Amino acid sequence: MIVTGKGGVGKTTVAVALGLRAAAEGKRTIVCEVSSQENTSRMFDHTAVGFHEVEMEENLWSISIDPDESMREYVLLQLKVRAMRDMLFRSRIFNYLAAATPGLKELVTIGKIWELAQLDRKVKSGRKYDLVIVDAPATGHGVGFLQTPRTFASIARVGPIHSQAQTLDRFITDHENTGTAIVALPEEMPVNESAALERELRDEVGVAVDRVYLNGLYPERFSKPEAERLEGLADGEDGAVRAAARAALSEHRRARSQRAQLARLRRRVEAPVKTLPFLFEPELGPEAARRLSRRLS
Amino acid sequence: MPTLDEVLEGKTICICAGSGGVGKTTTSAAIATGMAAQGLKVCVLTIDPAKRLADSLGLKELGNEARRVKPALFEKQGVEMKGELWAMMLDAKATFDELIARQAPDEESRDRVLENRIYQQISSALAGSQEYMAMEKLFELHTEGQFDLLVLDTPPSRNALDFLDAPKRLTQFIEGRSLRVFMKPTGLAAKVAGRGASVALSVMKRIVGFDLIADLAEFFNAFSGMIDGFQARAKRVNKLLADPETCFLVVCGPQGEPINEAVYFHRKLVEAKLPFGGVIVNKVHYPAEQLRGANPIDLPATLAEKLGDADLAQRVAANFSDYQALAERDARNIKHLASEMRTRGVIRVPYLDEDVHDLAGLAEINRYLFATGEERVAMAAGRA
Repeated sequence: MIVTGKGGVGKTTVAVALGLRAAAEGKRTIVCEVSSQENTSRMFDHTAVGFHEVEMEENLWSISIDPDESMREYVLLQLKVRAMRDMLFRSRIFNYLAAATPGLKELVTIGKIWELAQLDRKVKSGRKYDLVIVDAPATGHGVGFLQTPRTFASIARVGPIHSQAQTLDRFITDHENTGTAIVALPEEMPVNESAALERELRDEVGVAVDRVYLNGLYPERFSKPEAERLEGLADGEDGAVRAAARAALSEHRRARSQRAQLARLRRRVEAPVKTLPFLFEPELGPEAARRLSRRLS
Repeated sequence: MPTLDEVLEGKTICICAGSGGVGKTTTSAAIATGMAAQGLKVCVLTIDPAKRLADSLGLKELGNEARRVKPALFEKQGVEMKGELWAMMLDAKATFDELIARQAPDEESRDRVLENRIYQQISSALAGSQEYMAMEKLFELHTEGQFDLLVLDTPPSRNALDFLDAPKRLTQFIEGRSLRVFMKPTGLAAKVAGRGASVALSVMKRIVGFDLIADLAEFFNAFSGMIDGFQARAKRVNKLLADPETCFLVVCGPQGEPINEAVYFHRKLVEAKLPFGGVIVNKVHYPAEQLRGANPIDLPATLAEKLGDADLAQRVAANFSDYQALAERDARNIKHLASEMRTRGVIRVPYLDEDVHDLAGLAEINRYLFATGEERVAMAAGRA
């Protein structure tokens, strides 16, 4: 399951919530982060996991996929001899070429995701997972990221990397086994962008979007007549009462304008839309993710 | 505390940087609008293909050429526009192609580069090419000198730092000419360089496939005549970024993560000796100043009395305490930000009830962006 969307929409939170949900259902699940920012481990108040599969909770693992580490692992799998791999990595030319080849980093990252998803793991004594969740890089780069295998297959017309890039492209576009979710926010531009992203994923990458998560939806705490009654207090004398009334009206207006955005989103995307509530919590931790995960049934 | 006008006084370039999803595009558009309203001829550049800027400026679409935003649009919103506002969306590929055309010694070498598949990948897909081209366009517009102020909305990077590193990565790649000789594995150079290099190459070939190496070799051959020009230009671009007339504004949101990234980005700016102008925090929950010293326990009772509805009073009070908790978090995070950056110049834009996506919204944001610190607090207190 690939979780994508623009920056700052809560992709990590949704990815972790989906992970918790699957783990609770007894699926052995791993959440992969590709930005080296350790957002996932931080959410669990866990130390940085790095390029290791670390268990966060029962049935739930996490890994931060570093492209350089993926490259080392990949080359070792190709060469089979550690000494040869190490010699290669010491060579300046190899490092230069590896850095210069467009998209190679993204390709080996997707390669690692593919490897994690194999029941017959290439890595020695690798664990078998029922579900691999990818916390994808923010779009702009997101569609480019998922397109890398196809692009690569067309640059390297022959050779082992050509066929492997094709394998990865098939892996990403295999609707039976690979799903995609877009995370959106209930605001004008993010809604437009999510609709555009769905189109791009479908038409250009060939990925089917299974679901759009509208994240951070304000609850409707006050009805319209109630809001009208609060209007009077919002201009009143008493400081605390006035501030509280204004906060309530503010909540009411946001909740309403967000409902309008939700309706727009539903009209503009093909995939079913699922809403996730805004959590009035200063920092989101594992408890918050757990609460969201229960909304994901 | 300096106001945004003071920060931008005498600047010819303003670069808005920050991680994704913090409102960079909106902020860039608002700053450009605000400065144009004061009488400058301003151009705002974005690289975001998501049409965000075009939408917010009421333009149907933007192209690789600057377009003027119609003055009538501002009148409609009651914004007095003394200067001119222009906007453009960078097409990284087109900008790169133009640059090649300019640097190529002749048409044949130009076409050889433009048709090379490695070039086609770098110019559109290679991470960093967008960032590099943004700076390139900035440099070009600055050199032409048609505008008083250029405002750059930096590309949506995974993290803001990519923006600073990208041009270096790309020039390093382009400057890889010393390695061209190794691309011909049978050449004398490979033999001189020794077995290590040729083994590395043969392994690379095994992994990557021969074609790629051949394409790379062809690319470097085609490119060889332009490298000096590129290097000279890159140097001048870097000089422009470090110029005292350039100003970097860090844009972020009030949550822990964006704040940490802003702190990190600021540190990198200082390390790179680039001119930091200030930091803008968007969507801030302002605390209700009136509440200081009041006893919050009284609130539900007082509300119930005024509303004659205990249930509604409870909900209003609970909602208020949720808002206050967010306001406290924001205040805490911003205090941390200010102390890390050793600046008092944090510009806080409140979380408005309506999301900002048009000129009216920009005008609203500008009231906060261009206000003095005291005015902002007063305005926000009037709302919150």
